[in-house]
Amino acid sequence: MSDSMQTLEGHTQSEYKYGWSTELDMDTLPKGLTEDTVRAISARKNEPEWLLEWRLEAFRHWQQMEEPVWANVKFPPINYQDIIYFAAPKKKLNSLEEADPELLEMFDKLGVPIEERKVLAGVAVDAVVDSVSVATTFKKDLAKLGIVFSSFSEAVHSHPELVREYLGSVVPAKDNYFAALNSAVFSDGSFCYIPEGVKCPMELSTYFRINAANTGQFERTLIVAEKGSTVSYLEGCTAPMRDENQLHAAVVEIYAKEDANVKYSTVQNWYPGDKEGKGGIYNFVTKRGICAGDRSKISWTQVETGSAITWKYPSCILKGDDSIGEFYSVAVTNNHQQADTGTKMIHLGKNTKSTIISKGISAGRSNNSYRGLVKIGKRADGAQNFSQCDSLLMGDKCGAHTFPYLEVDNPGARVEHEATTSKIGEDQLFYCQQRGLSEEDAINMIVNGYCKEVFNELPMEFAVEAQKLLAISLEGSVG
Amino acid sequence: METENNNMTPLLEIKDLHVSVNGEPILKGLSLTVSKGEVHAIMGPNGSGKSTLANVLAGREEYEVDSGSILYNGQDLLELDVNERALEGIFLAFQYPVEIPGVSNSNFLKSIINARRVHQGLPELNALEMLKYIQGKMESIEMDKNLLKRSLNDGFSGGEKKRNEILQMSLLEPSLSILDETDSGLDIDALRIVADGVNQLKSEDRAFIVVTHYQRLLNHIIPDYVHVLSDGKIVASGDKHLAEKLEAEGYDWIRETNSMTA
Repeated sequence: MSDSMQTLEGHTQSEYKYGWSTELDMDTLPKGLTEDTVRAISARKNEPEWLLEWRLEAFRHWQQMEEPVWANVKFPPINYQDIIYFAAPKKKLNSLEEADPELLEMFDKLGVPIEERKVLAGVAVDAVVDSVSVATTFKKDLAKLGIVFSSFSEAVHSHPELVREYLGSVVPAKDNYFAALNSAVFSDGSFCYIPEGVKCPMELSTYFRINAANTGQFERTLIVAEKGSTVSYLEGCTAPMRDENQLHAAVVEIYAKEDANVKYSTVQNWYPGDKEGKGGIYNFVTKRGICAGDRSKISWTQVETGSAITWKYPSCILKGDDSIGEFYSVAVTNNHQQADTGTKMIHLGKNTKSTIISKGISAGRSNNSYRGLVKIGKRADGAQNFSQCDSLLMGDKCGAHTFPYLEVDNPGARVEHEATTSKIGEDQLFYCQQRGLSEEDAINMIVNGYCKEVFNELPMEFAVEAQKLLAISLEGSVG
Repeated sequence: METENNNMTPLLEIKDLHVSVNGEPILKGLSLTVSKGEVHAIMGPNGSGKSTLANVLAGREEYEVDSGSILYNGQDLLELDVNERALEGIFLAFQYPVEIPGVSNSNFLKSIINARRVHQGLPELNALEMLKYIQGKMESIEMDKNLLKRSLNDGFSGGEKKRNEILQMSLLEPSLSILDETDSGLDIDALRIVADGVNQLKSEDRAFIVVTHYQRLLNHIIPDYVHVLSDGKIVASGDKHLAEKLEAEGYDWIRETNSMTA
């Protein structure tokens, strides 16, 4: 380590002792992860003691854990001491002209509105514009219904009792290596609470997605749906998200009570690295929902096109009788991307039902794995699962793999699994082109047809964007 | 004057065409001229190169043109991509139409119709115009309208697939239609419908190349010319009576003639 680095480290270490909290606003924490890092993050957010303790416990546990190696992905070892765990917002650009031309080209293709482009590209936006934004207006409407929808940090102060009750109730702090890491150092995220009987009148976060662009590498989301409530939540953005932080470890928890209905849709388009496989985000995410009440339902829909490595299994614990879990997924890998994604459906209650529809698309030299567990508990009489896992290969240098796991402890359960692997046919392409469609249009048509069952589950606006995104992700992958 | 000139330019002019697939020569010096308004039948035994001719005209990649030339409307066809050829009015009715799950037949038809219209400088049809246009054509070839809602050719019977090819041909109104053994595996009713589709489309501006192994389709589509293909070359040409002779006597006499000339 260079002298200057040592000096810097010594300097910052000593500053902890003298009260980081006052100085922190303008600061970025030095590289490395110690208890002091966790304390500094908590202090920076002015968190109550109980939350700091919760983080510290997670951290201490994480230190005892081993990084998992079972996923079908390869990457050089991560040096967790070489990562910055808290960074102040990056320097803003003065105008869109200063942004990466490749990024701007992508915005054009996607048709991202001009104001959104600025925020996504990191251009300083006029505060006046922001304060009269749709986001603010809609937030007021939601508040009238008793819906809480805010950043996680905000909720810790405005609704501490709710956060404290449900935080870690679905994904415990010690759940797995990356969840524990997230619990220790999460920077921010979203909190959403739907009161009893309330049907949320809009897709949450459609209007807020701009804000989500700056939540950073350790995001934490908590959604609580009270009895008989309904909410549809959208995460992510089709516009490309560039980030200097290579490691992303997010946690999403959903808690659904009796008759509650939660739909969670994701479009993930983090930087996948260049064509040679350099750079790109490691996206190690833990997403889980519990259908705690009878007749509740949680539905995950995801379109995953970004990241160098994706490691993600949105899951449902079907505890309430007659509860329903769904997982609809399109995972696209191109160039050197690797994805190991799927779901877990844990049937505990009677007559619980789950559906898994997974569509993997591999192109370039990428590797795409589906990994899914269906577990039927002893008490889950009449449980039913249907799984369909399809893989589509484009070219002959990519790989598709399916790892289904089945644990059935109740003889009355019905479990069906279907799997197909197909190659995008030269014949199909030729046929479409012979009718006058360009190669790109032909590929889009064929791939969109293949993903139709999943896109049908997305909210309309998202579905249209997802289709475009798919086209862009697969550009130049055939021929 | 100009019109006359145009009429004198053949629609398709193939000269001494040599084509190989995976290094194996299939077409070995084929020449053929097709003018507007004409129907040409290409007959010949299996393996004589009939389907190769159809595919090379459509621009399929595996078919390597080793030498020779193809002019279409006076321009070098080999310079055009597959979709450009289609947009310029070349249509291939496939021997084995492919299935594309998840892509609805109606959506596919809309896309290809509008792609062609845009290429021709015409405005795209709106949803209502489109539906009227497609349904009208479907009626004329006695096609079940429910097939619009299904995925493209997915789970279609052999006859339904072929009918779907004829539907696309009627909708796109191509200048040069190539039917690659469209009659294979069809019963007599389906055969009549395919023939009707072609006959309805026939005009002074359009030409057809009908590739077939059997004479029976030519009872319904009367060809102006019949060519017999053997070992990659046209070994005999004539009118519809040549097809009748083939039907009566088989291909053996052609092979004999061919080996004598060789």
